[in-house]
Amino acid sequence: MASVGSPLRVCRGILKELRAQCGHKYQQSMAYRYMMEQFRKNQVTSEKLCRAQQELLHQAATYLCLLRSTRMHLALHEEYHGKGESKPEDVAKLVGLRLPQQPGGKGWEN
Amino acid sequence: MLRQATRLCTRFPLRSYTRSYLSERKKFYQDVSISQGEGGLFEVSLDRRKLKTPGGKLFAVASEPLAIAVATEWDSQKDTLKFYTMHLTTLCNTAIDNPTQRNKEQIITATLKYLETDTVCYRVEEPQGLVELQKNEWDPVIQWIEKRYDVEIGSSSSIAGPTIPQKTRDTFSQHLASYGFWALTGLEFVITQLKSVVLPFALIDRHLTVEKAVLLSRLEEEYQIQRWGSVEWAHDYDCQELRSRTAAGTLFVHLCSEASTIKQKLLQG
Repeated sequence: MASVGSPLRVCRGILKELRAQCGHKYQQSMAYRYMMEQFRKNQVTSEKLCRAQQELLHQAATYLCLLRSTRMHLALHEEYHGKGESKPEDVAKLVGLRLPQQPGGKGWEN
Repeated sequence: MLRQATRLCTRFPLRSYTRSYLSERKKFYQDVSISQGEGGLFEVSLDRRKLKTPGGKLFAVASEPLAIAVATEWDSQKDTLKFYTMHLTTLCNTAIDNPTQRNKEQIITATLKYLETDTVCYRVEEPQGLVELQKNEWDPVIQWIEKRYDVEIGSSSSIAGPTIPQKTRDTFSQHLASYGFWALTGLEFVITQLKSVVLPFALIDRHLTVEKAVLLSRLEEEYQIQRWGSVEWAHDYDCQELRSRTAAGTLFVHLCSEASTIKQKLLQG
């Protein structure tokens, strides 16, 4: 079985992601209610339930990874790919160059 | 608001598979909810209207947690709908619409092709650091799957790759056939994303976490990043995107497999 971390950490992680997603009303969301129900149901351990508990923990960790990576992917997309085409001045600035200024204007502009 | 929704519907007809994914739609609903409909399937509603697939069919899934997760995806959209972040919705749509019109056997054949060019079986001969890394990270996974399924896979550094015995192919083929159509769709998705058959199997059997499976799939990139540094807008972007897709696919397979087990138990009484 993969090392997933403690149930408390995974649960907290998911709640954090849900809060980042839904705002302050995250406790009314379906995902929150389902999550808490599942975690509470599996808190009491007895030997025969142990495997099911591990399976659910892996599933919870997978969902946490999904929420977290989707949010970060979106953030990276917005930052680097969301702005459309940039002006030539900005592109030149990326590599530390400046466009030349021609006081008389370029020949073909007039 | 209803008029605005109808206007949007005609501007972006649901029949058209490509158009609704190219342009950005404004968020046209406030509340997302789920309900249980015909045959015990779960449906998602945006305000009062039931969600439909791009193919025009009613969106209905057998697993309640899957429906909740899909509803959460729709709920988390802000001003515009970003379909490229809604991986579970996309997977469900693919399973319902089956746009490539394939049956289980065809999907299994296509999936097993990846075994011949499995990432963890392809080894380099230099640089030495990468050779060591591949040996230390990939060999254990191959040993695990060989033991778990009683097959032979091996690894190779030749350009042709390892030769996979027919018995191995048959064993995997049989195992894949035991999955339902929905779970198989999800599994094929993970295999195409990780470019490996071994890694998704280890992931589905809970031998690896999503983060670890993605790391193993991108081992050479990670090696280069350690040497030369990371470029956020390329490396991190790719890593997060691969993680989100793999996590979605894995969750999809698990939830669909669970749902069919529960259904079978209910039918048996």
